[in-house]
Amino acid sequence: MNIFQLFLLGSILVPTVSSLVIFIFFLNDSSRAKQIAYIAFGFPCMAGIFLFLSVDPSHSGYSYQLLYDRMGLQTLGITFHLGLNGVSAPLFAMAGFVGLAAGLVSIKSDAERLPLLLALLAFMQAGLMGLFASVDLLFYYLFHEFALIPTFLMIGLWGGRDRRSIALELTIYLTLGALISLGGLVALNVLLDAPKFDFPHLTEALLAEGLAIGTQKKIFGLLLFGFGILVALFPFHTWAPRGYEAAPTPLSMLHAGVLKKFGLYGLVQLALPLLPAGGLSWGPYILWLALGNVLIVGAITIAQTNLKSMIGNGSVMHMGYCFLGLGVCSSLGAGATVMLMCAHGLSVSLMFLIADCISKRTNTLEMNEMGGLAEKTPVLACFFAAATFATIGLPGFGNFWGEFAIFLSLGEYKENHLVLGLAALGIIISAIFGLRAMAKIFFGTQSEELSVYEKDQRIQDLSMDEILPASFILVPLILLGLWPKGVSQGVDTNIQARYEILEKGDGSYGLPSCCPVDQVLNIAVPLKLEKQEERSGQESE
Amino acid sequence: MEAFLVFSADNLWSEIWPELSLAIGAVFILLIDLFSSKKKNKRNICSAFAILFQVCLMIFHLFDYLLINHTFERSSFSGMMRHGFQGDVMRTFFLLSSICVSILGNRFLKLQNLRFGEFHHLTMLATAGLMILCQSTNLIVLFVALETVALAFYPLVAYNRDSIKSLEAGIKYLIFGALSSALLLLGIVMLYGVGSNPEAWGAISTGPSGVDFLSFDYLGILLETNQNNLLLRSGVVLVLAGIAFKIGAAPFQIWVPDVYHGSPNPITAFLSVSSKAAGFFLLLNLVNGPFSGLSKFLLPLIGFVATFTILFGNLAACAQSKLKRMLGLSGVAHAGYLLVAVMASMHFPGDSDRAVWVVFFYLYIYLFASFVVFGVMSLVSLSDDSDQEMDHYEGLLRKHPWAGISLLVGIGSLAGIPPLGGFVAKLMLFHVAFEAKLYLSLVALVIGVVVSIYYYFGWIREICFEPKLRFDDDEKPDDPWTKMQDIGLLKWTILLFAIISFASGLWQGPFGDAF
Repeated sequence: MNIFQLFLLGSILVPTVSSLVIFIFFLNDSSRAKQIAYIAFGFPCMAGIFLFLSVDPSHSGYSYQLLYDRMGLQTLGITFHLGLNGVSAPLFAMAGFVGLAAGLVSIKSDAERLPLLLALLAFMQAGLMGLFASVDLLFYYLFHEFALIPTFLMIGLWGGRDRRSIALELTIYLTLGALISLGGLVALNVLLDAPKFDFPHLTEALLAEGLAIGTQKKIFGLLLFGFGILVALFPFHTWAPRGYEAAPTPLSMLHAGVLKKFGLYGLVQLALPLLPAGGLSWGPYILWLALGNVLIVGAITIAQTNLKSMIGNGSVMHMGYCFLGLGVCSSLGAGATVMLMCAHGLSVSLMFLIADCISKRTNTLEMNEMGGLAEKTPVLACFFAAATFATIGLPGFGNFWGEFAIFLSLGEYKENHLVLGLAALGIIISAIFGLRAMAKIFFGTQSEELSVYEKDQRIQDLSMDEILPASFILVPLILLGLWPKGVSQGVDTNIQARYEILEKGDGSYGLPSCCPVDQVLNIAVPLKLEKQEERSGQESE
Repeated sequence: MEAFLVFSADNLWSEIWPELSLAIGAVFILLIDLFSSKKKNKRNICSAFAILFQVCLMIFHLFDYLLINHTFERSSFSGMMRHGFQGDVMRTFFLLSSICVSILGNRFLKLQNLRFGEFHHLTMLATAGLMILCQSTNLIVLFVALETVALAFYPLVAYNRDSIKSLEAGIKYLIFGALSSALLLLGIVMLYGVGSNPEAWGAISTGPSGVDFLSFDYLGILLETNQNNLLLRSGVVLVLAGIAFKIGAAPFQIWVPDVYHGSPNPITAFLSVSSKAAGFFLLLNLVNGPFSGLSKFLLPLIGFVATFTILFGNLAACAQSKLKRMLGLSGVAHAGYLLVAVMASMHFPGDSDRAVWVVFFYLYIYLFASFVVFGVMSLVSLSDDSDQEMDHYEGLLRKHPWAGISLLVGIGSLAGIPPLGGFVAKLMLFHVAFEAKLYLSLVALVIGVVVSIYYYFGWIREICFEPKLRFDDDEKPDDPWTKMQDIGLLKWTILLFAIISFASGLWQGPFGDAF
């Protein structure tokens, strides 16, 4: 086992063990629990950065593989198999960042029974790291469920209004989605009968045997709707905004930011490249359902007056873009989706974090009862503005590249132009709700309620304890915006390698070939070079 | 005498030594009860003897199995019984279950101030019957063993004679048990009638005359050659109906909620684990053995029953306010899930082992999870044990963390939440059902599991979350978690089973290899 594998395994084991240690020994000792929590969230983040930087972006396939094949179900090909590739590494790192931020938020919060909260959150973090690190499909699924159980408990224990009913509703909804997708996974396992039940072996088995188009359609349908429920695809999205509104902030951050990417990751890595015919036949439906996310949920978002429910709805709306990228069924669309997944995970968790900071200062989440905060809290306003701009998809933030490339992928085919036009309205919608929230909270006159509240409690700007976690998210978000190639190259090699095999197949069975994300994102670079050449030419003259 | 010697030549009494020892031990308990002094510690002697005796038996049985390694199948008692690996697995199962019932019973009898001797006596007799049952290869042995079990269960269900509910449950169980026995017997008689004189009933004669007409081997050949004989078909359906009563499959599930509700807590567990498991082992033996010739006719029938059972069990369980009724109905739903595995085993003639192992694994996981749940339930001290509701579990996690967490694991495993054992069992079930192309049943399975989340997590919600807001003038219910002393053995059993439930989700060991 080399150091990379050690980090990979550690990113799962450290939070799990810390969670158990807190649970068994320090349930009544807040300060000790906090110390352990720093390790539990710090190590995965460190491992995430380290492994992300060391994964070779030009290498397609999994690096740092770790395999243990005596878990009990090896006769079904199920093994404990970890590894990272260009697609999973950035998501893995993103999970580390968001996890650390969420951990810091909860460590600094004054929640009741803090050690229990930290233990559950660390357990969830282990699941999140594991889900992107696993190559084996069953463990991928298992780690997702690892993270779901704390969700139920945390909403019920620290949630807001209606937490009891919402916790149950959310669990039933997500179990339904998880079981449907499990049906799809089992179908793949039985029908392909690959020696190992993991991403690469299934691809090989598929190339060797192939599945009938009708079967592909059915399995893809199962995976689409199973994963779709988990990602809040319209019309199965109703659990999400209610859940995020009721959940405690660290949980909203982890769930909306990271856990929800589970389904998209499955669709990108598994469903599309393995079942291309299924993807092509479902593609148009995905596009229209995704439009439902963008337009209908978008319209609902505009109507929200509660800040947290606005963010929750907004995150559901932006999932629509991810589905648009998938619905095109091209490697460009899929690559763009991965870019947006990374960026959106960061931006939405930043939004939740900032919303929490705001509500601490104003004692409310109703935007109508705020106003004029910018004068008193300029730093907070800056962070909120950054998060809002990122959400809208302005250049300079990671979201821009994702959304931009998704629109490009839609534009590649004529039949998608109508969808493209409608989807572009989404940018206006997010601008409306984002900027309006900005105006209501930070500008204009201060509301009476806030003035009354301010008499007892002076409103202070962000403290260092709050700036730190927020910057842990904002910095990678800006880095991603300024230098997308860091992610896109690895994403591209892997997506190309896996989608290309299928493109080469006979015409009826495969994805249309198209230009890769990386090329699109590199348009800017040659232009710059030409200018430099001109300039150097002028200088020499 | 001569003839007797010939017949008894292959009576391998040594093969059924665990059953014999159990029966002897059971009689011994009665003697202890009779002759020990009337002091207070007399009860403890009975319980201690019962538990210790069965644990020793279990250890010897395991040693016997491991040392002599019975992998080959052998029949004895003139072909009336067959001893083999699968039978041994189930014998271990029943013994384990019986130990747990004794441990739970000890607690229950102390709380309710009831007599100890008969309880353990009857439990052990029932277990001996169950162990014989799973080795029978003849309908007569099967029926006699089943009746032994049923006769032991009737008084056990009505054991708490001061409770009206327990008596009511006893009467109901007696009536429905008798009905199911009658159906079973009628089916056996029909099979015997046709089998002894096939030509008279329009069937084709198959074997030499003078063989045992009720042996599984003969019936298998008879049914294989006469697949369309109406009388034979009716006989098979009646036999299966009798078994459906035992496992609580719809439409024969009506007795389940009332009987589970009224009977003493340990007996509810005994019914829901051992009695059901025996039914399933019988069912597997029958449909893959003698009845396999009729599998084309039986499959749609069982499929319908399975789907109906899953949906009915889960939907009805949602509406229950009393926990024991809810658990009974959820047990019905589990029977439905298992029926899907039984169907899958019928789909692979000759290679049914995989599906059979799924049933075994599921049953073991069900045993561990059930005894965790019933074990924690037996800690609650109410004047009437059958009135447990979810409200009694409010804030359990805070009051007694170990009990709360164990209960969470138990419920989670029953609900099939990853990474607990119940999930792996359901995954295997999904797998074989998919291989057998039982898509409709799979849909019912998914719906059933999702519905079951409602009531299982409703319970978990009470255990973990803050109590519901109460108005001040509402009377606060008495804390039912007061009598928590003197539960050492029970506590460790619950913890051990909770750990097993958890670990089996991550590591399945030999079961995984067999699968």
